[in-house]
Amino acid sequence: MPSQPGKPSQVEGSIAIAHAIAACRPEVICAYPITPQTHIVEALARMARLEQLGNCQYVNVESEFAALSVCIGASASGSRAYTATSSQGLLFMAEAVYNTSGMRLPVVMTIGNRAIGGPINIWNDQSDSMALRDAGWIQLHAENNQEAADLHIQAFRLAEQVNLPVMVCVDGFLLTHAFEQITLTDQEKTDAFLPPFEPIQALNIEEPMSIGAMVGPEAFMEVRYLNASQFDESLEPIQSISEEFAALFGRSSGGLFEHYHSEAAQTVVIALGSVNGTIKDVVDNLRDEGASIGSIKISAYRPFPAAQLREALSQAERVIVVEKSFFSGIGGPLFNDVVRSLENSGIAHYSVIGGLGGRAILKKSLIEIFRNGMEESLEPLSFIDLDQKVITRELLRQRAGSHGK
Amino acid sequence: MTTSTVEFHQTGDLTAGNRLQDEQQASRQSTQQRFNSLTAGHRACQGCGEALGARFAIDKVMELTGDRAFVVNATGCLEVFTTPFPESSWNVPWLHSLFGNAPAVATGVAAALRAQGKSDIRVVAQGGDGSTVDIGFGALSGMFERNDDVLYFCYDNEAYMNTGVQRSGATPPMARTATTPIAGANPGNPFGQGKNMPLIAMAHGIPYVATATISHLRDLEAKVAKAMEIRGARYIHIHVPCPLGWGSEPADTVKLARLAAESGLFPLFEAEHGEVTDSSKIRRQVPVEEYLKLQRRYAHLFGKSADAEGIAAIQKIADTNIRRFKLLREEE
Amino acid sequence: MAFNPPYAITLDAGSSLANKTGSWRTEQPLYLDRLPPCNVSCPAGENIQAWLGLTQEGRYREAWEEIVINNPLPAIHGRVCYHPCEDSCNRTSLEQPVNIHAIERFLGDLALQEGWPLPTPAEASGKHILVIGGGPGGLSAAYHLRQLGHEVTLMDAKPAAGGMLRYGIPAYRLPRDILDAEIERIQRSGVHIKVDTSIDNLANTLHDNRYDATFLAVGAHVGRHIDLKTDQSVPLTDAVDFLNGMESSPSSPSLGNRVVVYGGGNTAIDVARTAVRLGAEQVTIVYRRTQEKMPAHAFEIEEALEEGVELRALRTITAITDGKLQLETMELDADGWPQPSGGSETLAADSLVYALGQTVNAALLQGYPQIEVAADGTISVDERMMTAAEGLFAGGDMVPADRTITTAVGHGKKAARHIHHYLNDQQLQPRAKHETAEFDLLNTWYYPEEPMRSQPLLEMQQRTTTFNEVLDGLGELSSKLEAQRCMSCGNCFECDNCYAVCPDNAITKLGRGNRFAIDYDYCKGCGLCVEECPCGAMKMVPEIG
Repeated sequence: MPSQPGKPSQVEGSIAIAHAIAACRPEVICAYPITPQTHIVEALARMARLEQLGNCQYVNVESEFAALSVCIGASASGSRAYTATSSQGLLFMAEAVYNTSGMRLPVVMTIGNRAIGGPINIWNDQSDSMALRDAGWIQLHAENNQEAADLHIQAFRLAEQVNLPVMVCVDGFLLTHAFEQITLTDQEKTDAFLPPFEPIQALNIEEPMSIGAMVGPEAFMEVRYLNASQFDESLEPIQSISEEFAALFGRSSGGLFEHYHSEAAQTVVIALGSVNGTIKDVVDNLRDEGASIGSIKISAYRPFPAAQLREALSQAERVIVVEKSFFSGIGGPLFNDVVRSLENSGIAHYSVIGGLGGRAILKKSLIEIFRNGMEESLEPLSFIDLDQKVITRELLRQRAGSHGK
Repeated sequence: MTTSTVEFHQTGDLTAGNRLQDEQQASRQSTQQRFNSLTAGHRACQGCGEALGARFAIDKVMELTGDRAFVVNATGCLEVFTTPFPESSWNVPWLHSLFGNAPAVATGVAAALRAQGKSDIRVVAQGGDGSTVDIGFGALSGMFERNDDVLYFCYDNEAYMNTGVQRSGATPPMARTATTPIAGANPGNPFGQGKNMPLIAMAHGIPYVATATISHLRDLEAKVAKAMEIRGARYIHIHVPCPLGWGSEPADTVKLARLAAESGLFPLFEAEHGEVTDSSKIRRQVPVEEYLKLQRRYAHLFGKSADAEGIAAIQKIADTNIRRFKLLREEE
Repeated sequence: MAFNPPYAITLDAGSSLANKTGSWRTEQPLYLDRLPPCNVSCPAGENIQAWLGLTQEGRYREAWEEIVINNPLPAIHGRVCYHPCEDSCNRTSLEQPVNIHAIERFLGDLALQEGWPLPTPAEASGKHILVIGGGPGGLSAAYHLRQLGHEVTLMDAKPAAGGMLRYGIPAYRLPRDILDAEIERIQRSGVHIKVDTSIDNLANTLHDNRYDATFLAVGAHVGRHIDLKTDQSVPLTDAVDFLNGMESSPSSPSLGNRVVVYGGGNTAIDVARTAVRLGAEQVTIVYRRTQEKMPAHAFEIEEALEEGVELRALRTITAITDGKLQLETMELDADGWPQPSGGSETLAADSLVYALGQTVNAALLQGYPQIEVAADGTISVDERMMTAAEGLFAGGDMVPADRTITTAVGHGKKAARHIHHYLNDQQLQPRAKHETAEFDLLNTWYYPEEPMRSQPLLEMQQRTTTFNEVLDGLGELSSKLEAQRCMSCGNCFECDNCYAVCPDNAITKLGRGNRFAIDYDYCKGCGLCVEECPCGAMKMVPEIG
């Protein structure tokens, strides 16, 4: 290992995440390899093989569906369980994703965010975790690898406190494969921060119970309501846990969202994940020019901190939502969440889509978009560095019909 | 089979028990202290073979573990009729997740127990033929190849009964289901399809594979006992007639299981590490008609438009099994 | 751990007991006791299944005590009863019947060997009953009356009691020590037996001595004859006299070297086999119909043939001339009756023994004009076994019925019970009979194939030269295991099948000896328990209410 805990060192993001997971003393780790999640689980497999994870069982399985299913079994047996996946893998386990939250099992899963196919694409965007944003999992997004590591520690604490599963979303390659100065997780502090898992329900000999009943019309609505209300009430612990974490570890990460010169700015850029780093640079540049601009990094995407965000934007005139996922029909999901938060506020809102399938989001492109926004000349929906020539040509061809040349 | 020799000639070990026998020699099901892992009040149809098979199997597991076992259940009839809110019929620690993931969930349970240092608690998983041979096949195969410490019970009633009797990969040739109707030139389920899960299980080289049936209770229990002596992935495929899906009389459920075994259509055998080690010999061989004619799913083989060729083709399956698994007693 | 499971998703174990699935039922199972065919067919009314059940468990004394509730002569019956129980045994449809008589013999012999006494009679009633005839009917009546507390005097004309048991059945079938021991045991129970006491006129006897009731069972000891054209060149004897003579003075009778027995019943066989043992070189049975139609039991015919007896079936004897019998050959008509076929043959003989049936000598009833005597000497009795004379009951061979010792024992028992009620001015109420457990009510899958255990036979040399008992007994283990072949038709033997195969756990096991109960709260009425009951001790009935 490149460094001892407590002091920053140059580490790949996946390794830092693996160390954080290890410090959380999981009992069962189960994953199926998929780029770009692989380095995380490879590191954990190695630690397990070297018996650095105590009694932790590392299980190699035949699919992501099995991987999360193993975690379901482990969690329902009262064990702390972890998995990681990306893209297609998340979709393949989708049924189990819903099942985990529906059964109130506090599994923690890393998403190495990656585009979903087809066409197949292994590079970063966030359409995978976005596709399952409403599956009842808490979703925390990391801006950098220190956050990525630290959010996992908070994720276990949170999951086991509210009895809901948590996804920690980490941009594939951009974070997972990036080497950064990272302080590896301190075991002693982690132990102080994260108590042993005490399940609200578990397979056990003393008090046999039947977990996973069939629930009919007479109770299903209530089950859904109760689940959703627990989900919504998780915002408070997300915040308090992040504060507690900051106090103990001396590093701040997570919470609901984070201001960057945005409290009094007229224009506020809102984004998830690693693109916030670039956005902050651009904000700095524009502020140096005298612009009233700031940014908000959303850490807790699910549940969405709508009321808190609306309050935080009370001084803003416009928001520009930059996001790395785009769905036919709804467009950018983050934008939709933000708009819903700002209903009747009179604040103008722009949706900016970029970075799909791994395309780089360049500072100069963002500068141009933000300037346009501040000048009210930005389209309601715009795409960063879209090749208009290709679009124009292909639209023509497409509209000529499937048999057209 | 590893059944015990019973010094009792009235029924030997063919009945569940007997007033003249030691309780040690009796089946678990005949004892007053049987666990009733699956208790009364469940919503299975009258004469449900699966309810019976599950109680037989899990009760034996509970006996052998001193009531220290966890049960993972796939979606299906068994899950639906035992745990509709607000009542559960299970007296054992029981977990249901999804249709296709029971083996993986069980792997997770076993892994957790190992991590917790509670490997004395044993893990069994169970599902119907649909979840086992079709939708959960990948997960089961994975559990097998990893040799996870799970005993998996497949309760085979030869179709998707819970959804209204549709064809599964375990549906036998010519059987009528809602998706293999009596229509067209080749009515019922086609020949040459379907999979033999016990043989596939054996191909994984796992330590123990067996077939069992609810009509041969002691044989079933002996196989569970054998399986529980072993660690690693184990598979027991239990034939459980379904009055609803097969169109049979509820009272005939055990009889049908018996006829399936005695005709050779459902061979009873054991295998270790991929090799057949033993088979239960047929006691009173019957032609397949005896079995088929009690089931309305085969009604098109009989009556006005009787299909002698069809019956002969099914007989051939039985004959092949008899040869392949050496189901007849050797002439002395 | 303190759990706090989520609503509805996680349920309490075993909570479905709140769901009473019994409401689904349209038919309900019931336990019942059906009559096993063996019991139904036993002329002595033995509860055969019950004593087989006790034997299965090695409870031999209780088994024997169960027999003597109905029949005080198990060792005798185990040898010479023609066991209709075995003919009706459902096991016959599977492979072979249970060897019931051999087990009865084992128990009977064991009782004699161990000296087990008959039950202590009830308190003295003060009544005195006369039994006339010391055959099986008289012995049975005397025993049962004594059991009921009455004083009983049994009179027999012969030097020893036993009737046909002694004077009709050869010793190689019924050793006399066994016969003596079982009679003596009845005597020890308090019956006064007066032998050599011939009654010529019953009315006079009863006039001179006060008895509260009388049971008459003098048997049928008169051999039936036919008119045969004979030149007297072959001496004629009848079977009754011959067998009687064998017992009275065993050395005296001689039939010569070539003996012909005429008739096809068991008596004919007894005579033929006795003749073999007496040294006859050629013993021939002539019978007018086929071997299959012979009234004698097949196994006895077989044993006789093994011993060298020759059978000339489908022949009648038409005349005796020059030391030869003239035989006419017969054939069976469509109804199975013999008709002359036109052929004839001769058969040289030193003697001819008639074994053509027996009639009753009812001369002692001369003082009872109200009692009608049929041509064959039999007298009729009512359903209480009482003759037309008040207080005079009769049974055995002298009343119209099957002439077997077991029928006679049954008569004796029945008469005793009616006499008892008659003395108390009561009518014995017939009990409602349970239905019979027919073979198709059984699920025979559960009975493993297990051939009958046969009794060893005496070696042939001894069989043909001595009167030693031909059949040996079954040993203890064999008897016990043979008893375990009993399928317990119609009566629960606690195999636990119903309890095991109920998918709804709706059957409660009440513990050894206490059988089972159905929990109708949960029974869905599927009928599996009834179908899988091996012995037909359950049935489905429409749901009540």
